[in-house]
Amino acid sequence: MLDRRELGAIFAGGFVGAVARAALAKALTHGPAEWPWATFTVNVLGAFLLGYFATRLQERLPLSSYRRPFLGTGICGALTTFSTMQVELLKMIDGGHWGLVFGYAAASMTAGFAAVFVATNLVRRAKVAA
Amino acid sequence: MSDVLLWLGVGFLGGCGAIARFLVDAIVSTRAAGRFPTGTFVVNLTGTVVLGVLTGLTLSGDALLLAGTAVIGSYTTFSTWLFETHRLAEDNERLLASANIVLSLVLGVAAAALGRAIAGI
Repeated sequence: MLDRRELGAIFAGGFVGAVARAALAKALTHGPAEWPWATFTVNVLGAFLLGYFATRLQERLPLSSYRRPFLGTGICGALTTFSTMQVELLKMIDGGHWGLVFGYAAASMTAGFAAVFVATNLVRRAKVAA
Repeated sequence: MSDVLLWLGVGFLGGCGAIARFLVDAIVSTRAAGRFPTGTFVVNLTGTVVLGVLTGLTLSGDALLLAGTAVIGSYTTFSTWLFETHRLAEDNERLLASANIVLSLVLGVAAAALGRAIAGI
């Protein structure tokens, strides 16, 4: 049942997303008492891009087998990360930086949700206007 | 390790992480009932336990970049988590949307701590 070309599209997107995220993580390092800009940036950017691509692919463009796996599952999925964020939160808790813990968690949720919301509505508004 | 080879490794392992996420999500989702995004939830928590283990083993440098940032970073996802939460909220499934955020955050930190404790045994 596995579609090899679909897996290939996911692999190619994952390659691109992981390199972009890792490059930013190497460029912007931070201590446990500092805001994790690298993770925060890729997560919010990736949420915006997924909101945009997924809404367009589901509601606007003709059905395509490989755009969603490449752009959504591959690039956006791999560009963003859940695990790194949780380990960052754990290290902030270790250091007793509670303001940073709640600020980082709340800002990631708010900005990530807003990014999906804005991207989704950008696509839908363009659809009405067309 | 040369830089080009290292970054090719990051990309290759990142691609493998993305495929693993797709497969685990598909396997879990076909077995889970209801609208809660169990597939992404399971992917994110299992990946966080593994990253916790790697953190507990105090990997650093290129080893952490390849095993942690590349593989596990790509395996787990923030964008799909928030996208699915937004779609739940849009469909007035506010309880499920809130649960997806709160449970993922609380159990996510717990999963990272669990992984680190496993590495310390």
